[in-house]
Amino acid sequence: MANISKRNRRREREVKNASKNRREIIAARLSRRDLIKAGLLTSAGYLIHKKGLSARAQWGGGGGDCDRRWWDGSGGAPVSPPTTPFVEPLFIPPIAQTVPALNPAPTVAPNTAAGEQRTRNHQALTTLPPVKFYEVHQRDQLLSVHPELPLQRLWTFNGTVPGQTYVARYGEPILVRNYNNLPADNGGFGLQSVSTHLHNGHTPSESDGFPCDFFASDPVGNTKWYDQHYPNVLAGFASSHPPLGDINESMSTLWYHDHRVDFTAQNVYKGLAGFYLLFNQFDTGDETTGFRLPSFPNFDIPMMFNDKNFDPDDGLLFFDLANRDGILGDKFLVNGKIQPFFEVKRRRYRFRWLNGGPSRFYRFYLTKSNLTNHPFWIIANDGNLLKNPVQTTTGVMISVAERIDVIVDFSSFAAGSIIHIENRLEQCDGAGPTNNILPAGQGAKVLEFRVVSDAVTDNSVNPATNPTFYQVPTRVAQRITRCFEFDRRNGQWVINDELFDCNDVRFRVKRNTAEIWRLEGGFDWSHPIHIHFEEHQVLKRNGQTPTLIERGRKDVIRLGENDDVEIYFRFRDFTGRYPMHCHNTIHEDHAMMLRFDIDDVGNNNENDCGHH
Amino acid sequence: MPDMNRRKMLATLAVAPLAVGVVGQTVGVENKFKVAESTREKLRKRFFPNFELTTHEGKTVHFYDDLIRDKIVVLNFMYVKCEGVCMPVTMNLKKVQKLLGDRVGRDIFMYSITLKPEEDTPQALKRYVRAHKIKPGWTFLTGKPDEINTLRRSLGFKDAKTRLDQDLTNHTGMVKYGNEARQWWAMFPGEANAPWIVECISWMDGTDAQPVIQATQKESKRAESGHRHSKTKKR
Ligand SMILES: [Cu+2]
Repeated sequence: MANISKRNRRREREVKNASKNRREIIAARLSRRDLIKAGLLTSAGYLIHKKGLSARAQWGGGGGDCDRRWWDGSGGAPVSPPTTPFVEPLFIPPIAQTVPALNPAPTVAPNTAAGEQRTRNHQALTTLPPVKFYEVHQRDQLLSVHPELPLQRLWTFNGTVPGQTYVARYGEPILVRNYNNLPADNGGFGLQSVSTHLHNGHTPSESDGFPCDFFASDPVGNTKWYDQHYPNVLAGFASSHPPLGDINESMSTLWYHDHRVDFTAQNVYKGLAGFYLLFNQFDTGDETTGFRLPSFPNFDIPMMFNDKNFDPDDGLLFFDLANRDGILGDKFLVNGKIQPFFEVKRRRYRFRWLNGGPSRFYRFYLTKSNLTNHPFWIIANDGNLLKNPVQTTTGVMISVAERIDVIVDFSSFAAGSIIHIENRLEQCDGAGPTNNILPAGQGAKVLEFRVVSDAVTDNSVNPATNPTFYQVPTRVAQRITRCFEFDRRNGQWVINDELFDCNDVRFRVKRNTAEIWRLEGGFDWSHPIHIHFEEHQVLKRNGQTPTLIERGRKDVIRLGENDDVEIYFRFRDFTGRYPMHCHNTIHEDHAMMLRFDIDDVGNNNENDCGHH
Repeated sequence: MPDMNRRKMLATLAVAPLAVGVVGQTVGVENKFKVAESTREKLRKRFFPNFELTTHEGKTVHFYDDLIRDKIVVLNFMYVKCEGVCMPVTMNLKKVQKLLGDRVGRDIFMYSITLKPEEDTPQALKRYVRAHKIKPGWTFLTGKPDEINTLRRSLGFKDAKTRLDQDLTNHTGMVKYGNEARQWWAMFPGEANAPWIVECISWMDGTDAQPVIQATQKESKRAESGHRHSKTKKR
């Protein structure tokens, strides 16, 4: 224990020093020549390792590439000001409230005359009519991320970061009227033009939040808006499993975020993201019914993880506009607050963990104060309940946009116990993790659990009894196998050697047929690849059967260096345009994306798998 | 695209203040932070060094003051003796310049900065401009080698891994575009379809730009031929 607090103090001091050193360099207006003379900069442009200047690398865990200089005087991220960890409670975003009706009433065709910016008709507004209506205003708001930092002017959905949580139910279609009220001054980064994606709803294309379905408000006057219809319907409802769809395609933890082409990273970093939870007759939100998962909202807690940088001079959120590998932050936020704490009772909780980006890969452990691991149960991957819970004592990996639902049992802890969510995956630059696992206590503690003494009942299912949730959906023969190679050419991301264009339909999927896709990663980078619309099954990862955790349904595939992953899809019920893209949002904004369309004909493009 | 007057009005609307300080929010925070400078000033300091550069016409210019400030810009890095790698981007940007018409040089400015200032003198760049019949409004630039290197990295033409960063060809593909006054900055791949690039640049006019989704010729061609992608590289 003594060692740890000493290490923490040293680290804190080094962060302070680094920040001070940098400020001194700036304040002194030292030229590059002066820095070289002073022995602080090499002629190659790298800052000499000076105690304090490498605090970022030490946060990253040290070793290998992490020892390289992070700041060479040309762009790059600063070292954030020091903040005391675990001083504020976890923020729980408010639950979205319905409005009785929308005025004007939603229409199948875009209501352009009244300011709607949708470009295509609703596909299912009359067949799956919405029974609940919401209004959301995207606007700026002054918010606190930590009491020791100034208030931040963030971009929000209805005033909070994360935005309000939608609590939805299968069989209850909803309609969200989305107003763009973002301010004319962007505060240094972000584009006041938005397309809100519901990740990964079974959503018709016109409501999906396709990257090029963006809209802005007219700066000289009228607020523009966009109606998004979320049918909350199971895949297969109008095809393989009429009329209700395949229960084994049930999703539970979704999230929504801005998806504006070329500006997604900036807009989401500024705050435009939130949760969308989907319940049904099994995953009820009530621990006395259905699968008996811990009750929402008291014992079912969404947690969005982000890493960000803050300017050491003025304490304000900093976005690195000169980065195309991926942005790593040195401050870890959960639900919009830097290193919060959360008081838990001595019972089971469901946590819905989401990596909200921009770029970092996490491997989360639950570290006890004696530096041993507290085991926990993984129950869902990408928001989809697994067949059975899977216990882990070696943490869980989460790349950007992945969701992992876990059950953590605190009943064995004495009141007053402290447990940390600790990221122990070493990552030194935005390109990807080193895959080194740091020793307990030497990673980044992102949240502190504090066990309180209150007596409490627990009616939730014990994962150790091996309850069964959903079966893996049955597969039918694929119509086609398509292959995709992700690579980089002179700094440009390419998929099968081609570049992104919103107007270019790379291939057409025939509605209500199955396909197999083979995704291949290149060298030097790791990519979390996301495919909109349908959940897929991982058939093989590098020729092997995937792990139990990856054997369910997913919508993000981690492509490590040179990985080769085979996935199965069934594109059902709706038609229209969807993207496949890297969800390292920096790669995404540098055009690591393609568009495909679903229609009733399909085509056989991108099926050259002959090179295998 | 909107007509000129409207576009001009929109581009100047809500321009971020340049030198005026904004009062920092310090509610509940001890007074340890400086009052925030204007964000535009912060961006200038961190990303847009005001280095002296020389154009292919031999004119001396300052990067921020003369090339970036108050402008919509399209900017890439290249070098003359880089035929196989840089030429496709140059040729594609020529198409972009043609599609943008007389806006280039008037309210949209194109810049190509050499990655090899030691060999790319203003004269060499001028020969390049002549040989490729590049029209006015697109300026080629050279400068002091260490400053060009800092400029390259400041603008984000860099890689985290030193091995990749030192390979200059990695910095020849992407193109930065932005509107300095509105603080909008992004990148597109220099070999992307020229009409798509023009659409990206048009967003810098003002955020009321609407998507122009349409089937391109390329798509219909692809549909007819049952396109199969080429296998030309690695492994
Ligand atoms: Cu990527």
